[in-house]
Amino acid sequence: MNRRLALLLCVLALAALPAFNALPAEHPLHVPDFLVSVVGKWICYAILALAIDLAWGYAGILSLGHGAFFALGGYAIGMHLMRLIGPRGVYGHPVLPDFMVFLGYTELPWYWLGFDWFAFAFLMALFVPGLLALVVGWLAFRSRITGVYLSIITQAMTYALMLAFFRNDMGFGGNNGFTDFKELLGMPLNTGATRAVLFYASLATLVLVFWGSAHLTQTKLGRVLTAIRDAESRTRFLGYNVTQHKLFVFVLSAMIAGLAGALYVPQVGIINPSEFSPGNSIEAVVWVAFGGRGTLVGAVLGAFSVNALKTWLTSVAPDLWLIVLGLLFVIVTLLLPKGLVGLLRRRGS
Amino acid sequence: MRPPPFRGAKKEAAELMPWFFLRGLAAALALLLFLAPARAQEYEALLPGLAGGFAQQAETVERLGLLGDPRAIPLLQAMADARLLRLADGSFAPQQGAAPPEGATLIRINNRVRGALRGALGRLQLVSPDPAERLRAADAILRNRSAADIPLIEAALARETQAPIRARLELALGGARLASEDVAVRRAGVAALGASASPEARGQLLAARAANAELLPEIEAAIAAIDRRLQLRRAAETVFQGLSLGSVLLLAALGLAITFGVMGVINMAHGEFVMLGAYTTVVVQEICRNIPELAPWSLPLAVPAAFLVTAAIGAAMERGLIRHLYGRPLETLLLTFGVGMILQQVVRLAFGAQNREVISPEWMMGTLLLSGGIAVTQNRLWIILFSLVVLLACFAAIRLTRFGLEMRAVVQNRRIAATMGIRTGRVDAMTFAFGSGLAGLAGVALSQIDNVSPNLGTGYIIDSFMVVVFGGVGSLMGTLIGAFTLGLLNKFLEPYAGVVLAKVAVLVGIMLFIQRRPKGLFALKGRAADQ
Amino acid sequence: MSGTGLYVDGVTVTFDGFRALNALSLVVEPGELRAVIGPNGAGKTTMMDVITGKTRPDTGIVRFAGRDLTKLDEAAIATLGIGRKFQKPTVFDALTVFENLELALKAPRGPIACLRWVLAGAARARIEAIMEQIGLAARREDLAGLLSHGQRQWLEIGMLLMQEPDLLLVDEPVAGMTDHETEQTAALLRGIAGTRSVVVVEHDLEFVRALDCRVTVLHEGSVLSEGSITHVQADPRVIEVYLGR
Ligand SMILES: Nc1ncnc2c1ncn2[C@@H]1O[C@H](COP(=O)(O)OP(=O)(O)O)[C@@H](O)[C@H]1O
Ligand SMILES: [Mg+2]
Repeated sequence: MNRRLALLLCVLALAALPAFNALPAEHPLHVPDFLVSVVGKWICYAILALAIDLAWGYAGILSLGHGAFFALGGYAIGMHLMRLIGPRGVYGHPVLPDFMVFLGYTELPWYWLGFDWFAFAFLMALFVPGLLALVVGWLAFRSRITGVYLSIITQAMTYALMLAFFRNDMGFGGNNGFTDFKELLGMPLNTGATRAVLFYASLATLVLVFWGSAHLTQTKLGRVLTAIRDAESRTRFLGYNVTQHKLFVFVLSAMIAGLAGALYVPQVGIINPSEFSPGNSIEAVVWVAFGGRGTLVGAVLGAFSVNALKTWLTSVAPDLWLIVLGLLFVIVTLLLPKGLVGLLRRRGS
Repeated sequence: MRPPPFRGAKKEAAELMPWFFLRGLAAALALLLFLAPARAQEYEALLPGLAGGFAQQAETVERLGLLGDPRAIPLLQAMADARLLRLADGSFAPQQGAAPPEGATLIRINNRVRGALRGALGRLQLVSPDPAERLRAADAILRNRSAADIPLIEAALARETQAPIRARLELALGGARLASEDVAVRRAGVAALGASASPEARGQLLAARAANAELLPEIEAAIAAIDRRLQLRRAAETVFQGLSLGSVLLLAALGLAITFGVMGVINMAHGEFVMLGAYTTVVVQEICRNIPELAPWSLPLAVPAAFLVTAAIGAAMERGLIRHLYGRPLETLLLTFGVGMILQQVVRLAFGAQNREVISPEWMMGTLLLSGGIAVTQNRLWIILFSLVVLLACFAAIRLTRFGLEMRAVVQNRRIAATMGIRTGRVDAMTFAFGSGLAGLAGVALSQIDNVSPNLGTGYIIDSFMVVVFGGVGSLMGTLIGAFTLGLLNKFLEPYAGVVLAKVAVLVGIMLFIQRRPKGLFALKGRAADQ
Repeated sequence: MSGTGLYVDGVTVTFDGFRALNALSLVVEPGELRAVIGPNGAGKTTMMDVITGKTRPDTGIVRFAGRDLTKLDEAAIATLGIGRKFQKPTVFDALTVFENLELALKAPRGPIACLRWVLAGAARARIEAIMEQIGLAARREDLAGLLSHGQRQWLEIGMLLMQEPDLLLVDEPVAGMTDHETEQTAALLRGIAGTRSVVVVEHDLEFVRALDCRVTVLHEGSVLSEGSITHVQADPRVIEVYLGR
């Protein structure tokens, strides 16, 4: 079957979900609310998976800290959502979010300024992860920290951020993070219509990121990244400044992850420091590995299939999920190095 | 203020108790011998006065207090509680049941007597055979700050043998002297307090400044001296805590450093091996509990048991899984992470998610008070020792055994080692087993200071990785220095930055450090390191 | 285009106390073809490592095109116009022959430039020409990982040519080649020299003779002898350490 057509059909099938959700509940084709929000979440995960795949699958940078970029994007939008609560909080303070009133803040910290403006928050959701990736990446790549070293460093990065965000005096809500959001862009959250809007926004972003990544990997930059992945030092002797190239893709990837987080938070209605936990990042890596790294379809497929499995298993046998996930790690590394996509391709030929 | 306690401070509450019991008993015996028979007679002669009129009662009580015979304590205590009986035979005893026995009369007291009782009890408790009671009495008299107590405290000091109580008494003596009318006595008090290293003494001196204009320079000097000593003590305690954290990191990182150094394998399940070591300790303890002869040996027995259990699992993992992924370190990393996840969940299902109790043997409990008032918890002291012993054992294993020789050969050049007839596969399996076994040992140690739960390992693993990155892969020396540097750095930063920011600062520091030395402190050199 | 000269003076490199290069000095004129020979472990590859920035010398000067190479990293040195062929052929296995050559093609190398790169007609023609020259035109769409050892050697030489360097460092190029291929390679290198400087490291004395150029003999990290191949072969010290064995 034509590949493009297949992809288009998948997108259309996804796009139909909120439409069927709008049907009356007794209609046979009605799609329940939870399915729309769950699939909306998966779409964000798929965007995150694409980000990881760009860095890992194409450039060989295995980051175990992409969850941090995702969470930072989420926090940026979360801050905006908190500002929009306004005086509707439990304490009814006109400016300060509840947790700040509770912690005895008298005024908004300076780094909260501007977040009442959506465009600013949205830019920050891209900029902050990008900046962090720039700093960490620059430090790491220029001193030629590669492979597992880089993985460990990025893991430590997200771990440190998690510890930091757990602190109350960081001004990001400590333990509890942000929740109880009311509205976004004038739309009350938790209505079917808003859910549909967020769903479509995520889907559109996924398509856009997919298309952009596909384009990028087709350019000479894509080939340089592959060259770096397979023979970094040789690429240097060809005159490529490997640090710059890696930094470029790492920052881009972090920004995409931030974007995914920014779309994710309004849909799930909460963001807290546990999003930074190292386990989250590495779980996302396994989506990519399971789907098939180095292929964009694989990353998306992996995110959807592993999360579908997770949603199903945590409802029927929650105790087993972690064991199954662990087994996935084992299976994917030992038996399915090319992931589902590799398996399908082998079948195909 | 002391820096916040370590992870898992659970066992520190009961620390003072056994210490007291050991030495307290001996001290009490000595005390009883000290009391001359003449005093005993005087005691007997005084007792009937307790049943006299209020004035006589008060006088008797005071004299009993001055006499210092601890036998009077229960009687006076009962009297103060209005439970003292004069029995039919004329002797005295506290009332036991609800109603007094036949022919016994209850001794009644008034406020004046009550006041006398308080004073006498305070003095008497200073000589009580029960060290805990003496400590309480010393505290009470410390708060009293009355010059009248000076002889009493001096007498108690002459007999007291236990360091913590002596410290309180000396403090009390200083305070009492400060309250004296006599300038010379006050001066002596200032000097005595200034020789201590206690915040209370400092407080007393501060409070005494207003009333002692003529002694001001001496008081200020004494305060400065105390401050210096306190600072020193705090530094010493921080060093100890840093060494303690460092030893834990060393234990957790040793195995990592070895497997990473020899095989280039990052074992993300290492933390879970540590956890398995801790659970092995729990199981061994459970088994030993049913066999009385073995019970005191459960911890020493857990050491080899944990090593063998985790080493066996490690060997199985290497032969069954990791072996297939050589030369693909990133995949190995993911694989081992998955295995760790499974191990953690299996343990959670088998043992439950809640913390498991591990009982420390008596010789590991309690606190040692070093000179200068530095408090050192024994379990942490043992762990520091243990970690050094394990390190030495590693050195020996690598330098002195055939296995170590083959291991070093493989590190230097795997291909040539193989052509020399070294079975590199076997070396890999054994190395991995060895590294995993070391994780098990770390688990035994951690079970003594942290909560044993399925995610025990996760809290340490990232720090251990940082030790390896900092110290340099595959270098025991680097691991040693890395572990203690990070431990000390963490603990020295904590008072300024708090636990979390200290951690963050250390992580950032390592990031910057590896700018200068990407391969860590002790980098492997040579061609092997290029790959 | 005329190449720039390479100037190496007093370069010492030690590995854990072992002197791989010992006060090595060497001058390569612009456009010169130079053969470097020496027994195994003489420091030939290490010398190339120093020139291309892979290894930093403990002491000594390396100058090229008016720049001190010891201060530059590999990429900067490569862009300065020094191309290298490794002893062990390294090409990008996951890319096709064509893509390998395209990557090597002299062009802006920044990430943004690569992102916006469009393969123009002239560049394509150049790649085609080189593919013809190295005899891999028929395999243009094959992954480099599928090539034979000799073909990989050729592909790497092709990549070196695509870079249009002013100085080519070629480490044991004919290992694993047939006699015929060896002759071709010698002819190719002779052809390149004149417009560019070429330094060839080789064991194969027949090949060195075929190059017909000045020869430098390395031994224990320093220059033992220098001159024409006949001169060098007559040098008693060379005979002792190398030829005579
Ligand atoms: N990275 C390195 N670490 C340690 N020793 C090295 C390293 N690189 C080269 N050497 C040593 O330096 C000497 C010169 O090596 P090399 O330049 O490869 O010799 P050649 O190419 O002439 O055969 C050899 O003895 C080699 O073992
Ligand atoms: Mg060589």
